[in-house]
Amino acid sequence: MTGTTNPDGSPRTHYLNAAYGLKSWLLTRDHKRIALLYLVSISVFFALGGLMAVLIRMELATPEGDLFQPDIYNRLFTMHGVLMIFFFLIPGIPAVLGNFLIPLMIGARDLAFPRINLLSWYLYSIGGLFTLWALLHGGVDTGWTFYTPLSTNYVNTSVITVGVGIFIAGFSSILTGLNFVVTIHRMRAPGLTWFRLPLFVWSAYATSLIQILGTPVIAIAILLVAAERTLHIGVFDPKLGGDPVLFQHLFWFYSHPAVYIMILPSMGVVSELVATFSRKPIFGYKFVAFASIGIAVLGFLVWGHHMFVSGQSIYAGVIFSVLSMLVAVPSAIKVFNWTATLYKGSISWDTPMLYALGFIGLFTIGGLTGVMLATLGIDAHVHDTYFIIAHFHYIMVGGAIMGYLGGLHFWWPKITGRMYPLFWSKLSAIVIFIGFNVTFFPQFILGYLGMPRRYHSYPPEFQVLNVMSSAGATVLGLGYLMPLVYFIWSMRYGPKAPSNPWGATGLEWQTTSPPPVENFLTQPIVTGPPYTYPAPKRAPEVTVGV
Amino acid sequence: MIPSSPLLPDQASDVARSVDHLMLFALSGLVFFSALIAILVLVFMVKYRRRSDDEVGIDIYETNPKSHVLELVWSVIPLTLLLVLFGWGTKVFFDQNRPPAGAEQYWVTGRQWMWKIQHPDGRREINELHVPVGRAVQLRMISEDVIHDFFVPAFRIHVDVLPSRYTTYWFKANRTGSFHLFCGQYCGTEHSKMVGHVIVMEPRAYEAWLAGEKTGPSAIASGEELFVAKSCNTCHRPDSSARAPILNGVFGTQASLNDGTKALVNEDYIRESILNPAAKVVTGYQPIMPTFKGQVSEEELIQLVNYVKSLKAASATTAEAGK
Repeated sequence: MTGTTNPDGSPRTHYLNAAYGLKSWLLTRDHKRIALLYLVSISVFFALGGLMAVLIRMELATPEGDLFQPDIYNRLFTMHGVLMIFFFLIPGIPAVLGNFLIPLMIGARDLAFPRINLLSWYLYSIGGLFTLWALLHGGVDTGWTFYTPLSTNYVNTSVITVGVGIFIAGFSSILTGLNFVVTIHRMRAPGLTWFRLPLFVWSAYATSLIQILGTPVIAIAILLVAAERTLHIGVFDPKLGGDPVLFQHLFWFYSHPAVYIMILPSMGVVSELVATFSRKPIFGYKFVAFASIGIAVLGFLVWGHHMFVSGQSIYAGVIFSVLSMLVAVPSAIKVFNWTATLYKGSISWDTPMLYALGFIGLFTIGGLTGVMLATLGIDAHVHDTYFIIAHFHYIMVGGAIMGYLGGLHFWWPKITGRMYPLFWSKLSAIVIFIGFNVTFFPQFILGYLGMPRRYHSYPPEFQVLNVMSSAGATVLGLGYLMPLVYFIWSMRYGPKAPSNPWGATGLEWQTTSPPPVENFLTQPIVTGPPYTYPAPKRAPEVTVGV
Repeated sequence: MIPSSPLLPDQASDVARSVDHLMLFALSGLVFFSALIAILVLVFMVKYRRRSDDEVGIDIYETNPKSHVLELVWSVIPLTLLLVLFGWGTKVFFDQNRPPAGAEQYWVTGRQWMWKIQHPDGRREINELHVPVGRAVQLRMISEDVIHDFFVPAFRIHVDVLPSRYTTYWFKANRTGSFHLFCGQYCGTEHSKMVGHVIVMEPRAYEAWLAGEKTGPSAIASGEELFVAKSCNTCHRPDSSARAPILNGVFGTQASLNDGTKALVNEDYIRESILNPAAKVVTGYQPIMPTFKGQVSEEELIQLVNYVKSLKAASATTAEAGK
């Protein structure tokens, strides 16, 4: 073949084949390639964290602690939490989908600071290597929450190494957030006003605010833990004159908003999916957009709901309870608006839509059980039981990961230029949905019955529900393996994807699949609101309104 | 009254019943809204499925002026329900956390990985707490090392046990039986072995159990012994030449401190004054008391606190001097 275009008119050179070799990837400043670097690295951590979950569920199949020594079990659940939260979920959607999509969605050539973007990935990787190194040296057994004084003066594991890993990865998160905020403010295409932005961009913006404002606080908390461990400065340990509950305030001041770092981008993905696959604008666009900002702001005011039984004043508990109730309102607004969008839509049952529906169902249950946990009288009973485990897995796995996978399936043709098998992908969405519910629903009941979390062995009356949960985890694990297999398969054998396989609006679908290095051959100009169907046909030379 | 079911743990107090009622209310809200969303989504998915490739959806938001009303409705209705739930939950939480006056006081010391319990009469147990049915029981709890958490599912309440100060757990069992006691806050290697039972007995059976157990000296008597053994009494003497405040009748009063502030003399204040005497010094005294940190265990501290608490004012004048 000669010339610069394929027979179908798309350019032969795109971001994937523009350069070859390891160096062209490790020194790239292309946001699309950096997104793929993130995709590979977070997948490694997801697999490792998942493997630990499998081992945890194997141990819990019987009431006796007969598979692992207690110290090993404690390290398993700690490392499961650390890897999944700090190295998979928090970077997850912002760094992979956000990196890839934000410049494309706003019609920009790249992020505002491409070099800092690459630096973010290196910081993330260095943080991850510290954590893996700690894992090889036995890991850490404090729980991912690192509560003091257990973490500062009582355990003898790699607390500092893992702490340093999280500390460094935190800067990656801050820089990514900063990059997104500047990009969204400064680099929107002509005509792309704030209220013409895709809702994914709004949610990425809200997420970035949390990353910038929240992450420094966990960095401070980690430094103080390290200082107490090494220099015996009394900050948290009462034997040294410290206050152990102070740590919980610092920790949750970040780690509660961090939940929104995980869920907000998924909500953005779901807004895109619901609009695309019902071929109409999102019902109440402005409400959905401002709900993201509302969640981000209120999210900073509710950390004390993790501490209702911590010895915190019961009046402080009352304030945190009512504020937590308020967070439920913007979340409810989103769910109702997505549902209303379906009304009189033209709904296709494509794979990404199945994931989006899974998200809505699981997030609704996760959110409503969150409301129960915000209720003081209920939390005092189910606090630190399997009820809370079930709740946050409904949000973080049922919500965040369903959204992430939905997004991957949606933009995979754009990212790789290839389609994946429809049958297997629909099956994976169904298997994951069923496996997830069988795994985590019994845990709500276990929790109300009183089974505490982080128990290596448990009273025999809890066994039936635990066996159900372990069986469900097997199904869930299989469900997660399926996309891994067919995505890899599709990169070589999948049919070539057209530039807009779903008939979606949005600037990213106006360019070729995969996009050229410079994203758009001509500067896109936006002339109308988002989600105006039917989607315009792609004109390679002149890009008109969205 | 909710009948017993495999989905509910034992219900052994009135507070537990009110928690279950609250949960039932929240659960009905959850079922209603989940079902509403699920049904609407499924109906729309089927009814508005795409029938031809070039079909598009109909935007009803911009054309329908009632859209904003709808947004308002589905914001205000959930908000109202949430506030009802908040109010009810807060009321239950206060019941869970505020012991009634006259509750019998027991002491709990948590350590990696066991519960040590002292009865008011000095009796001690490990990982078991025997109590009579129908009597309000108040536990004052402290940890010797890390944070633990006292959790009895049958009473539907967790309270963290801190190494820095006393926290309070209370219940009034309304039925007999043996109920799980769990450590509810991850505390290291054998966290899942830091478990035991609360055994609620008929008053007569409880008396029989008491009679069969060895009784040690009461916490107050042990505290008095320690008070002498640690030579506290050389300074804290009830006479005018004392170099330290007179302790008789001091419990429950407001102490004026030499930095001009006041502090309530409660269990935490006494414990802190033994471990860190310079922290809050009473007006008119020099900070000469040595620290007893590392020399007295948490259980001994509990005995000393009980002893100081038991010291009644000998007369109005000494009570005045004790301030």
